[in-house]
Amino acid sequence: MIRMTLWLLGAVLLGGIVHLATVLLLPSLATRDGYARVSAIAPVNAVIPVPAPTPEQAVMPFMDPAFAVSVCRYDLSRGALKFSVPISQAYTSVSFYTRSDVAYYAINDRAAGRRVIELDLMTAAQRADLPEDQDITAADRLIVTSPTTTGLIVIRALVPEMGWITAARNALAAAQCRPQ
Amino acid sequence: MRLLFGIVFALAVAAVIGLGTTWVALTRGTAYGGVTIGAWTAWPKNGTPGIDPYARAMVARTGELPVGSGDGVAFYARTDDAGLTLDGRCDVLVSGITPQARFWTVTLYDPEGRLVANSMQRQGFTSQEIVRRADGSFDILIGPRARPGNWLPSGGVEKYVLVLRLYDTPVGVATRTGREAPMPSIGRRACQ
Repeated sequence: MIRMTLWLLGAVLLGGIVHLATVLLLPSLATRDGYARVSAIAPVNAVIPVPAPTPEQAVMPFMDPAFAVSVCRYDLSRGALKFSVPISQAYTSVSFYTRSDVAYYAINDRAAGRRVIELDLMTAAQRADLPEDQDITAADRLIVTSPTTTGLIVIRALVPEMGWITAARNALAAAQCRPQ
Repeated sequence: MRLLFGIVFALAVAAVIGLGTTWVALTRGTAYGGVTIGAWTAWPKNGTPGIDPYARAMVARTGELPVGSGDGVAFYARTDDAGLTLDGRCDVLVSGITPQARFWTVTLYDPEGRLVANSMQRQGFTSQEIVRRADGSFDILIGPRARPGNWLPSGGVEKYVLVLRLYDTPVGVATRTGREAPMPSIGRRACQ
């Protein structure tokens, strides 16, 4: 009986380890996560529109149908990226996700404070390599540091009423993400 | 022989416990750090690098991308204020005001996050489309049959999820109570 209880206790402990290990490993093992889903439709370092979600199909679950969405799947291994998007009339936001779908930065049109959201995306190492004198102009140059070499930029433009969809799409069509 | 039996038994139990608890944790939505106001719950931390491991695993499993904290915050409701599961065969009234935000949207999904088909092609409202009373409050009636006013067709599905997303809003990681963020009430009316 005691032997059985000991085995059970060991099993429960091992079960706890299995639980923690699976929870921690799942993000790196997932094959149908947001990044993988976007990778299936998006080339590297280019902005492409994401089809609007419909009841039949959607690139990702829980997409907000009130938004026009474009993505840039970036790879900084060859160097930093320049990103820009003109803001649409209603509301535009740019969100940054790491390779493992962590939202590490997001900015909206009001926070950008201009007609165009413009920024440089680079890794911490690339930022450290920036020449000193270039840092002086950093006040009017928004630099975003990516924790991972690859990741996603998701650009969203709100379509507050159906009639605005063309304007929102046009604003997103002018978005650029290209190596410097 | 007994040792072998013990090892096999222990490994089997460990696998069942370990994988079972992981499955339950990731499907039942037991992420930490939620802000619950009425029937609505948001996880503002999920839109930051401080997202907890359970939420990360959940996001990896479902394939969604959480709303970034500089963008907005998403509140989810799976039940009404009385705790009854949102049922597309019933009339449900969403009534009141929303927290301060430049724009908001309310969207109806099935429990897996797919939009629900209906003849109107309407899956939600934006804050600009909604018809309001003079005091700024609004009623959204969700149900299978057409209604006057802000009618959101439920498509008659057995279960659905409402998501209220606030964009450019002060509501976020620091928000704790409904006084800071007044969310609309959700109440079930007649069922078919």
